[in-house]
Parts: sequence; C-alpha cells; structure tokens
Amino acid sequence: MTKRKVVVPGEVIVKGDDYLPGEWTEKTEKGIISLRYGLAEEQKRLVKVIPLSGVYHPRRGNVVIGKVENVTFNGWVLDIGCEDTAFLSLMEVPRFVNKDNLEEVMDIGDSAVVKVWGINKRGIDLSIKSRGLGKIEEGIIIEINPYKVPRVIGKEGSMIKIIKEETGCNITVGQNGFVWIKGDKIENELLAKRAIMFVAKKSFVSGLTDEVTKWFKENKK
Amino acid sequence: MTYKRTDGRKNDEMRPIKAKVGIVPNADGSAMFSIGDTIAIAAVYGPKKMHPQHQQDPERGVLRCTYNMNSFSVSDRIRPGPSRRSMEISKITEWALSPVVMLKKYPGSVVDVHINIIQADAGTRCAGINAASMALAHAGIPMKELVSSISFGKMDKTMVLDLDKYEDSDFKEGEGSTDIPISMANGKLTHIQLDGKIDKKQLKEGIKMAKKACEEIHEIQKQALKEIIEEK
Repeated sequence: MTKRKVVVPGEVIVKGDDYLPGEWTEKTEKGIISLRYGLAEEQKRLVKVIPLSGVYHPRRGNVVIGKVENVTFNGWVLDIGCEDTAFLSLMEVPRFVNKDNLEEVMDIGDSAVVKVWGINKRGIDLSIKSRGLGKIEEGIIIEINPYKVPRVIGKEGSMIKIIKEETGCNITVGQNGFVWIKGDKIENELLAKRAIMFVAKKSFVSGLTDEVTKWFKENKK
Repeated sequence: MTYKRTDGRKNDEMRPIKAKVGIVPNADGSAMFSIGDTIAIAAVYGPKKMHPQHQQDPERGVLRCTYNMNSFSVSDRIRPGPSRRSMEISKITEWALSPVVMLKKYPGSVVDVHINIIQADAGTRCAGINAASMALAHAGIPMKELVSSISFGKMDKTMVLDLDKYEDSDFKEGEGSTDIPISMANGKLTHIQLDGKIDKKQLKEGIKMAKKACEEIHEIQKQALKEIIEEK
C-alpha cells in the first residue's frame, strides 16, 4: 500500500517539479500544497488528498438514504444531507399513484433509499426505480460521517458482511452517511448500530476487520 | 521608562497555549483555542443552503461568522446577545478568514462559523480567529492556508506581545497602552487593527515579533489537527 500522511490546509506535501497536483492540491512555488484536511497519497507522480471530513458531496449513481422534506404536486423533495435540494419525481414511482394523494405513497418525515440520477445547477434528481431502492417501512436509521462510509463497507463489502452475519440484520449504507438497519429483534439492530459506530470511530486503524471480529466476541452475548 | 509585565513574562513571550479539535460532536467541524485565561470555542456548520435567499451569491459560497461573548466570560456579567462590539468582531473575523477559504465550488451556499468566548482575558478576537481557522479545516472546507492570529502592542513605549487584560485596558501610565490584533496566513497579513497610537518604526518591529509568534501558533494548530487522527 502506498504511504499516507495526515495533512492540513496549506501544508507542503512534496517539493520539486517531479510531481503532478491531483485532487484537493495546488502547485505553488513552495511545492505541491494541500487544500484540505485529510490524508495525502502519492501514486507514482500524482499527489492527491483524500478528505477525512465534510458534508456529503453527491455523485451520479450514488445510493443514498433521504428523508421527505416536502410533497409537491408532481413529486417529493428529499433531504439527503447536502446543500442542494434533491427531487424525486412522481414519474419515478413504478406503480400507479393518485395525483391528488401523493402523501399515500410517501408523507413528510418518511425515509427512502434512492439513487442520485442527475446533478445540475437547479438541484439533484433522484430515482427510485432499481433493486434495493424504495421507501423504508421499518428499522432504524443512524448517521455517520459520509467520508467514513468506505470503511464501514470495507474492501468489496467485507466489513459490512461481517456486521450483517454477526447481527443477522439487513443493513443498507447510503453514500451520504445514513445507514438503515433492519433486523428481526431490536437488540440485534442496536448491536449493529454499536458495531457501525465502533467502525466509524476506529476508521483510521489498519486491520480493522480483525478488530471488529474481536469486538463482536467481546460484545455479543 | 520601561515597564515590566505583571505576570513576569518576557516582552516577546506568549501566554501558554492549548488547542483541541473536534469538541462539538454535532457540528461539521469544531475547535477550542485557549491562550492564557482566554478560551474560545468555534463550531462550523455547512456548506448548507443560504437562508435568507436574497443573501445567496450565485457565484460563490459565503462565509458567515458569529462572534459571541458569553455572559459569564468576564468578572462583571455582560449583557447577553448581539452588541455593537460583537457584530464588529464577527465582521472582522469574516474578513480575516475569507482570503484563505475557497468557496467557489459551493454557489448559493453558506458556511456558518460560530465563535463563543467562554472565558475572556484580552485577545479574544485572536483566539476566536485561531479556533475558527482550525474548525474550518476540521469541517473539510477547502482552504489555502491556516490563519493564525496574535495581538501585540505597547505599554507606554515598551513593545509587548500577546497583551492580557491589564496590559490591554487597565494600563494608564505614560502614553497608555496600544493594542494591535493581527492575523497571518503563510507570513502574509489577512487582518490588522490598531487601537491606540504607534510610530512606523515600532509597528514594523511589532509585526516582525508577531510573525514569529504566528508561526509558533500555526505549528500548534497543525499539531492539534493531526493529533486526533494519529492517536486513534
């Protein structure tokens, strides 16, 4: 694995002309500097910074969990945890909906698993027409930092697989940091919640999957 | 006549500094900065949609700072709520930080910075700017540099660094006291104020002294930001 180091804004990552500035970096006379608080990584000649914190920045194709903020005449406005408003059109719902009664499908305060379909200046368009997407009927939703989502999922889903197997819960991790846990018993759901919080807190430790297995041995009755 | 400092510090010596990041769990970024008996807490929220809508800037994001001195921060209780002074310092903080934050990518948004002074012993705006700069970095806001801030001044004709309450407002001998808060990013000024009078030569001398102090503060800020990751 490439070496990573913590950098703060303005810190010189590498000196000299042998490197190219990548994401969240800038070339100055002093060398390549970081523009964000995060981990600096060198990939051959490319230097980039992986942010560690911040609000969610949507990307096309992201599966996210949103909460209905408002119901309009032709769709729903969802809060997906970013600065732009996200809109889910009525056309996206794959069954007949009475136009006078959109609340019957989803009312203010309801949550849904949705996909980011398009991003433009006006806002974000969402889709609900895919497998695994849809309204959330039961279970609990917890919130973690969106930049910790990759650690919670793990390499090829290894981490989330352990948590799912150990707790027997169904877990959906939205890229915006919202996690939906659904299990048959509330105790299992709470165990899964604690496990995810543990991963999010220890997200900088290497070999975290082994630690999580150990954590389950200690915490599971 | 030269004056000695009440707490026995050298003329170019700062009070002891402590800095910590991530102290407000519900904020997107937060930091505490204390220098001597002055303690400032900063919390950053956003980028989020700007409300009211007429204050939105379609070209870039807006930085909005709120400075507040808590009623219990001084020995005589101060009236809570916004005052002329706190509004002025809010604006000053905004100006001191805006040259480094890069909000081009967040049009129509606002980054809210809330600074609370929970204990005051002069130099509160500098402590506030230091804390805010760390909190902004912690919140993942793109920035060119961290901003460090310190005050210097003179008691009669003696140049001193990092004035405390007595040196700042209770010292009345000779010419009285002068207070100059100053903020720097990468050795360049982002903000300077003057309260009192000073000549050109002494101002230059003072800026040189403050520059060295800002470098020291910058190092502490950097360390505080790195600490929270490395200790885990």
